[in-house]
Amino acid sequence: MATTQRKAVALISGGLDSLLAAKAVMEQGVHVEGINFYTGFCVEGHTHAIRKKDKAKPKRNNALWVAEQLGIKLHIVDIIEEYKDVVINPSHGYGQHMNPCLDCKGFMVKKAHEWIQENNFDFIITGEVIGQRPMSQRKDTMPVIARESGAGDLLVRPLCAQHLPATLPEQEGWLDREQMFDFSGRTRKPQMALAESYGFEDYAQPAGGCCFLTDEKYSKKISDLWESRGVRDYELDDIMLLKVGRHIRPKKHFKIIIGREEGENNFLSGYRKMFASLKTTSHAGPLALLDSVNGELSDEDIQLAAQITARYSQGRTADKVEVEFTNKQGVSKLIEVTPMAPSKLDEAWHV
Amino acid sequence: MSHYTLDAKRLMCPMPVIRTQDKVAELKTGDTLEVTCTDPGALNDIPAWCRINGHVVISSSEEKGEVIITVKVGEA
Ligand code: SF4
Repeated sequence: MATTQRKAVALISGGLDSLLAAKAVMEQGVHVEGINFYTGFCVEGHTHAIRKKDKAKPKRNNALWVAEQLGIKLHIVDIIEEYKDVVINPSHGYGQHMNPCLDCKGFMVKKAHEWIQENNFDFIITGEVIGQRPMSQRKDTMPVIARESGAGDLLVRPLCAQHLPATLPEQEGWLDREQMFDFSGRTRKPQMALAESYGFEDYAQPAGGCCFLTDEKYSKKISDLWESRGVRDYELDDIMLLKVGRHIRPKKHFKIIIGREEGENNFLSGYRKMFASLKTTSHAGPLALLDSVNGELSDEDIQLAAQITARYSQGRTADKVEVEFTNKQGVSKLIEVTPMAPSKLDEAWHV
Repeated sequence: MSHYTLDAKRLMCPMPVIRTQDKVAELKTGDTLEVTCTDPGALNDIPAWCRINGHVVISSSEEKGEVIITVKVGEA
């Protein structure tokens, strides 16, 4: 009688490590499906769609690409709402920037553990490698993730399994430890060699991490948002807008988001019912949104924002530029301003 | 076999894919789902998702900033 085929779910980020980890387990005859969590901060997806200049090269979603290479199903799970608590209150704190990697990994493995229980799968695979990432992938944090996620010995890390205690799938003989690996440290060489032996090419190699929270500039914008609002919270629209345009905060209570090219202007114009906006009319220029903390803007604020917006238009050297101000209700008025001189635009205003 | 529509306008990828996935999960083999999106990334991502999960894209078009993709639901 044939033994039942075991089933595993692999966390697929779209990077090389999770691709290899899933493949290593498939090679041992296990049925593998992928799971990918969308937090709102993922590098995968949107940004490339926003910026027009990238349109020539169609953007692929690497998690989907990985699943297709492996020939496995991929389940994409929206965790935007639940993930907020991970970003806002990480019990293990942040990494170098606003990245709560340890809590994040624990949370994702916990969700995967719930998923295998609901779907009758046997265990979970991640592409973690000891010593690869300073915060979440250390010898002492590996057990933390297994414990706090509740996955315990159902969590298999094939790329460094030989450095870790035997998991249940190994004890039960579903997986042969000898056919897994002993990778460690920051080097990428063993992964690249393994990819070659499996015949994978053209895989993604993200530099920082899997999400925008490891990006210094992006992290600063989140801090600025929380500081100016006086609360640590966000909506999906907030974190999307942090990826787009120039963010300039000339006063504590409002900032201006200025499109840098047509793709961004189009994207921002989708928000004109949520924010007041400015657009130069006498000269070609960007669309700017005004994000004010309490929703209020004085005439003086609008004047200042219009001068700054005009400075980024074709009329930047003109004496006068006409700018159309539109409030959230869609009521417009025209104002005439002198574009702000670059020397007057305080560096500290750039978020 | 029924035809359904899904409005995924203004959502950025991968949200249109997630909405498509969740809607398809409720449908039967042979049903069709017409998804309207504004993120051109969906032109790559929805077909890729279909190939992986055994569904078929029967038409896709892009016009005036709107992408319309019709998916035929495959075997569960
Ligand atoms: S880089 Fe981002 S997605 Fe990846 S583990 Fe860290 S917080 Fe999570």
